[in-house]
Amino acid sequence: MDDSGQGKRTDVLLVQDREQFDRLVLPHLRAAFNLARWLLRSREDAEDVTQEALLRAFRFFSGFRGSDARAWLLQIVRNTCYTWMEKNRSMDSSVEFDESLHLSPLPGPEAQAVAGSERERLTKALEQLSPRSREVLVLRELEGCSYKEIATITSMPIGTVMSTLARGRERLQQLLTRPGTKEAVHDV
Amino acid sequence: MTCDASRSVLHAYLDGELDAPGAAEFEQHLEGCTSCTRTLEAQESLRSTIQRSQLYEPLPLDLENKIRRQLRESSAPATRKKIYAWRWLAAAAAIILLVGVSWKVLPKFRANSDLSTSAAAAEIVDAHIRSLQPGHLTDVTSTDQHTVKPWFDGKVPFAPPVRDFAEEGFPLIGGRLDVLQGQTVAALVYGRRKHFISVFVFPEHGEESEKYSGAKNGYQWISWRQGELRLCAVSDTNRDDLAALKDLISR
Repeated sequence: MDDSGQGKRTDVLLVQDREQFDRLVLPHLRAAFNLARWLLRSREDAEDVTQEALLRAFRFFSGFRGSDARAWLLQIVRNTCYTWMEKNRSMDSSVEFDESLHLSPLPGPEAQAVAGSERERLTKALEQLSPRSREVLVLRELEGCSYKEIATITSMPIGTVMSTLARGRERLQQLLTRPGTKEAVHDV
Repeated sequence: MTCDASRSVLHAYLDGELDAPGAAEFEQHLEGCTSCTRTLEAQESLRSTIQRSQLYEPLPLDLENKIRRQLRESSAPATRKKIYAWRWLAAAAAIILLVGVSWKVLPKFRANSDLSTSAAAAEIVDAHIRSLQPGHLTDVTSTDQHTVKPWFDGKVPFAPPVRDFAEEGFPLIGGRLDVLQGQTVAALVYGRRKHFISVFVFPEHGEESEKYSGAKNGYQWISWRQGELRLCAVSDTNRDDLAALKDLISR
């Protein structure tokens, strides 16, 4: 290696960095996978993207100065998910995603009784929300994040977090209580 | 406060995100507003349904181990423990090889080996940078192609094209095993003036036309197909050198 090469080697992380990374970041792997699964709506895709995100986080780790490793990691996971969605299914990641056009009716009451549990219905309903609503709901309800943390992770202003959450919950409620009716949607 | 104005506030109230005066104001509004009271009750019930449903996705069993392994591979050992690190690397390579023999990862790798994706390209550059750590450059150090080529026998299920190009200005330095996207690959190491060039070799099936090149952090890479193998040369030397080496290898 010549001198210019030596300079480049400084960005290679040492074992000490990995120990730090193991201690601070890896405990949030569950949260990372959960967010990826709900954003991508697939366990398999989430597994790939989580791995990619963790390696990416590790590469950027020397730049991590903050105190909240979970928010930092989830931010990277989220960005990796959106990049992945753009590449693989451009429809899903569209900011302009209009739920009123994309809502498909859930099975009627009888079918639901047969189809199974509350959990399945809820999963289906959540998966019909836009990625933006879904991520905010998952961060709030499953991850227990504060509005401020959600704002950090999603790079949205707190006001937007609040309104996205309100809209997401209202839609979720509609999907669960009025299955199969589309009229319920256009007034929101 | 109107019901319209309270729409988001209701959710902030539900989430305990209002300050004391804000909460008091909203509670005052609630007393006189049956519509908001109903909405709040419905949302509270939705929340308990969500909590009850245990939607938190369980972690796949082996994901954490997989990630730990990848992190180990992409971090460099401390310099003074060079020898132990080398032995550890050899042990890791052996384990990976055992896994690799079953080739369970191969179909997945084929689907993902598209070097036009930045993730795959970054990984190749990273693997090269990693190899520049002390003790990592080669597993078999020899300028003799007749030593390097047989070394790969039984270690990878394909025969990498090993030739020395010392006369053309690209002396063969050795070879090693590396891991890209979970697959064991062969890496040949050539010298070029004061630079090192890693040439990664792994099997690839399907269409043969693709040829890629790119740069990242001052490292250049070019990649091409040769029969059933994909080759990818990475270095901090200039692209002309890489192209010249490619021509030599594919000659």
